[in-house]
Amino acid sequence: MFTFIVRRIIQTIPVLIGVTILTFSMMHLIPGDPAQIMAGESASPDQIELMRDRLGLNDPLPVQYFDYIRGVVTGDLGNSIRSGRAVSNEVFLRLRPTIELAVYSTILSVFIGLIAGVFAAVRRGGLADSFVMIVALFGLSLPNFWLGLMLIQYLAIGIDIFGINTGWFAASGWGTWQQQVLPVLTLGTAGAAIIARMTRSSMLEVIDQDYIRTARAKGVKERVVIYRHALKNAMIPVVTVVGLQFGTLLGGAVLTESVFAINGLGRLMVDSIRARDFPIVQGGVLIFALLFVFVNIIVDVLYKFLNKRIDLN
Amino acid sequence: MAKELLKVKDLKQYFPIKGGMLGRTVNHVKAVDGVSFNVYEGETVSVVGESGCGKSTTGRAILRLDEPTSGEVEFDGEDLLALSKKKMRKKRKDLQVIFQDPYASINPRQTVRQILEEALDIQNVVPKAERGKKIAELMETVGLGAHQADRFPHEFSGGQRQRIGIARALSVDPKLIIADEAVSALDVSIQAQVINLMKKLQREFSLTYLFIAHDLGVVRHISDRVIVMYLGKIVEIGDTNSIFDNPQHPYTKALLSAIPVPDPEPEHKKERVILQGDVPSPIDPPTGCRFHTRCPFATDKCKVDVPELRSEDYMKEEHMAACHYQKEIEAGTHTAKY
Amino acid sequence: MAETTDILVEEPILEVRNLQTSFFTEKFEVKAVDGVNFAVPKGKTLGIVGESGSGKSITSLSILRLIKNPGKIKGGEIIFKGENLLDKTESQMRQIRGNEISMIFQEPMTSLNPVYTVGQQISEAFIIHQNMSKKEAMLRSVEMLELVGIPSPKQRVKQYPHELSGGMRQRVMIAMALACDPELLIADEPTTALDVTIQAQILELMEELQDRLGMSTIMITHDLGVVAETCDYVAVMYMGKVVEYATVKDLFKNPKHPYTVGLLNSLPRHDIDLGEEDLTVIQGSVPAPDQIPEGCRFAPRCPFASDICQERLPHLEQSEDGNQIRCWIYTDEWDGDPEVNVNGKRTS
Ligand SMILES: Nc1ncnc2c1ncn2[C@@H]1O[C@H](COP(=O)(O)OP(=O)(O)OP(=O)(O)O)[C@@H](O)[C@H]1O
Ligand SMILES: Nc1ncnc2c1ncn2[C@@H]1O[C@H](COP(=O)(O)OP(=O)(O)O)[C@@H](O)[C@H]1O
Ligand code: SF4
Ligand code: SF4
Ligand SMILES: [Mg+2]
Ligand SMILES: [Mg+2]
Repeated sequence: MFTFIVRRIIQTIPVLIGVTILTFSMMHLIPGDPAQIMAGESASPDQIELMRDRLGLNDPLPVQYFDYIRGVVTGDLGNSIRSGRAVSNEVFLRLRPTIELAVYSTILSVFIGLIAGVFAAVRRGGLADSFVMIVALFGLSLPNFWLGLMLIQYLAIGIDIFGINTGWFAASGWGTWQQQVLPVLTLGTAGAAIIARMTRSSMLEVIDQDYIRTARAKGVKERVVIYRHALKNAMIPVVTVVGLQFGTLLGGAVLTESVFAINGLGRLMVDSIRARDFPIVQGGVLIFALLFVFVNIIVDVLYKFLNKRIDLN
Repeated sequence: MAKELLKVKDLKQYFPIKGGMLGRTVNHVKAVDGVSFNVYEGETVSVVGESGCGKSTTGRAILRLDEPTSGEVEFDGEDLLALSKKKMRKKRKDLQVIFQDPYASINPRQTVRQILEEALDIQNVVPKAERGKKIAELMETVGLGAHQADRFPHEFSGGQRQRIGIARALSVDPKLIIADEAVSALDVSIQAQVINLMKKLQREFSLTYLFIAHDLGVVRHISDRVIVMYLGKIVEIGDTNSIFDNPQHPYTKALLSAIPVPDPEPEHKKERVILQGDVPSPIDPPTGCRFHTRCPFATDKCKVDVPELRSEDYMKEEHMAACHYQKEIEAGTHTAKY
Repeated sequence: MAETTDILVEEPILEVRNLQTSFFTEKFEVKAVDGVNFAVPKGKTLGIVGESGSGKSITSLSILRLIKNPGKIKGGEIIFKGENLLDKTESQMRQIRGNEISMIFQEPMTSLNPVYTVGQQISEAFIIHQNMSKKEAMLRSVEMLELVGIPSPKQRVKQYPHELSGGMRQRVMIAMALACDPELLIADEPTTALDVTIQAQILELMEELQDRLGMSTIMITHDLGVVAETCDYVAVMYMGKVVEYATVKDLFKNPKHPYTVGLLNSLPRHDIDLGEEDLTVIQGSVPAPDQIPEGCRFAPRCPFASDICQERLPHLEQSEDGNQIRCWIYTDEWDGDPEVNVNGKRTS
């Protein structure tokens, strides 16, 4: 197991290099002169030149890249153009709500997705199965921001039903649980739908396996057959999906944070793009990518742990 | 004596095993480890042995479906391993193959006619205008009836699909057919039909078969000569009756004695040798005689010295076995430990 | 003339009477088991032979009531120790499964759960049926592995199925099936997926354990050799029906049903040299499930088929010696050649 984890970490090195090359070249892929853009439209040629110097744009590309890497490794991601503060500081300050949002949403979608998926699979072909799958299809196709707005409308602003106001939750911010429920619901719904579908099909496959028949022939209760013998096997492909889903989730966080006015990394990035604060955008993308890689290492380890058939060495 | 159609010499097929931190080759599966034999024109040679002993790998290496690690394969006087990929593809016209699961090796979306047309097309032996007739002929030959040519594979039973596989192999007038477990998946009644068909075709078209199988009843019935393999090596080779009536290698004896006989009160109740344990892994095969871990006759010598295939004076010509003690066991001077 | 349902065997532990199990597919009903009768005498082994698709596995799954949708047991009786299993509740059935009746399956490679150790899987039977603690159950599992001849059982219980060879896995399956001392063991092609030398080991083990534990066995197989060596009685199945039921000796020495005769003749044998002679074959193949013949199911392939065979299904009739046969030839109504000798073509 240990060698596997080490090997898995070593394997991420090329990915990390790729990511840094990508974020590095962001600067150069922006149409036009980055120095001009960053200095602002009304900047004088001198100011632009100064900016170019500050960004190191006069050095040859490889040198620029290695400077950038040195910065990344030492935690120096440059300074924000707007505030002048270190990018690393700005980003880390905003990281917490985003990670919390992503983690809670993942937990929610795994929880709901698994239950719904198993439920549907066990009732294959029945009414309950169709119902769950239709709901899942809806969940999958609802745009994030629209779902967020609807939730705010009905559960934060609230409507009156039989004299009860349904405005139970807060519409903005992050901190109290009232503030957290709606964003997590918004972000977790699509994931729950995907996991439900995945779990269902994976369960259906597992339920037809010979070893399930063996368990039944042993006299195991049907409920135990499903939860002990089938689910653990069915989880194996689902775990991979959860890892991939996490990336989508981070993307979704950007929108969700805007809708719910959460001061997270996503919102910071949106604001920075609008303000052309490229060092922040660059740093944010890097952090997102690192998070994604990290989560997928965890998922892989989990996968190996569940899937006994794979030789760890 | 008939001419030697296929000569295999010291054929080896090692598959690399990747592993370690960087995915280097850490070891090899020695699937086939120095196999030599000849096949004469018009005969059927069977290769038998337990699963994983390298039967299929031998067949695939001869066809160069996997490039063999080393050795020589001479077919009809030509060195197959020296041919370019392109020339080899042309050569495959003369060496056809039939697999165990015909369904896996034919395109389910093509009708039988299209399948056969494609085969004819690739080798381009029959002029286009005559292909329809050829296909009808082929269908009749394998007992399917020309009227079934426009049906899809899934509309046929397992035995019929195997006939399609045979028709496809026959379509290009091959010299040698390698049949890898061609009848193993079939029910007895259907299996008998296909075996009879293969024997009939052999007589009619003077075909040569390399017949890979694990069912020794089928093998006895269809073969002229038999090769017994164990862990990538030939342990015994000889004409069919010698192998079955007078097996020399302890492994062959055990293998034959293990087969249940469909007769509850046989005239001479044979003594069953039950081998202990499993076949060892071909990754680190046992030293010396590879069979020594399960052999009831093994001695310390067997753990060290590799026995060579050889004949004894009391054995029929061309019957060879690879056991240090074959002569002593036959004479009764070397006895089993259990 | 009535269909025979009582079978003359002394002390049957299990009697199956007119069992019918069908699968309801979109287009038609597949009658996988279509009125099957047989009995398993106490302490003896009954073999069920037949070609692929003849209904052997579905029969055995029906006995344990493990048929899944779209399959359904439509009728009949399964009398186990005097009680009809088809009248039991699901929870009563669970008490029987793995406890009084156990099963071993054809595919050792896929019949064990890949994410649990073999110890955990054997233990489960003890925990369910004998209320043992996990620890006790694990100790008993080690003993079971020892019983089925697995070397260093203490280490093996901790291994996962993929770490074992096919033969080992089948030993584990046997250990699991025998854990609670069942009275009836159903083995569905337990050695089909194994090499002959390993098959010999497993068959020897099963025989030895049967002697020691005194259980009755149903041995399902398509290998007539296995039947001859392990069984006391045989039921030959064709298209969801038993066509011949006899003691092993009678079946092999004097097969009566044209299908049985055909099967025995088409079997190439390693111990008999046929020379250049062709194998005697049964013509044609098993009809598709939507083209079941109206009369005798075997009529389209039977070399003796006569008019009555095309029209009416023969009953399973019992002869004085207790053997049973489903063929018009052996009845008063036979309208074909009165001198017909079904057995005439035998080569051995
Ligand atoms: N789930 C299913 N749906 C429809 N038909 C089925 C299903 N399962 C089995 N059958 C049919 O039931 C019949 C009997 O099947 P069964 O598995 O009992 O055969 P078998 O005698 O055990 O064959 P084998 O030797 O191949 O194991 C076959 O015609 C098969 O196609
Ligand atoms: N492509 C491959 N890569 C690695 N190992 C292989 C490959 N093909 C076959 N082997 C191994 O080689 C050995 C012989 O296989 P095979 O020739 O298929 O046996 P059989 O005698 O059953 O036909 C087996 O141990 C098998 O696992
Ligand atoms: S050489 Fe030794 S181990 Fe090998 S078969 Fe002969 S007696 Fe057995
Ligand atoms: S009843 Fe008729 S068709 Fe059926 S097996 Fe007997 S002779 Fe043949
Ligand atoms: Mg093979
Ligand atoms: Mg079956």
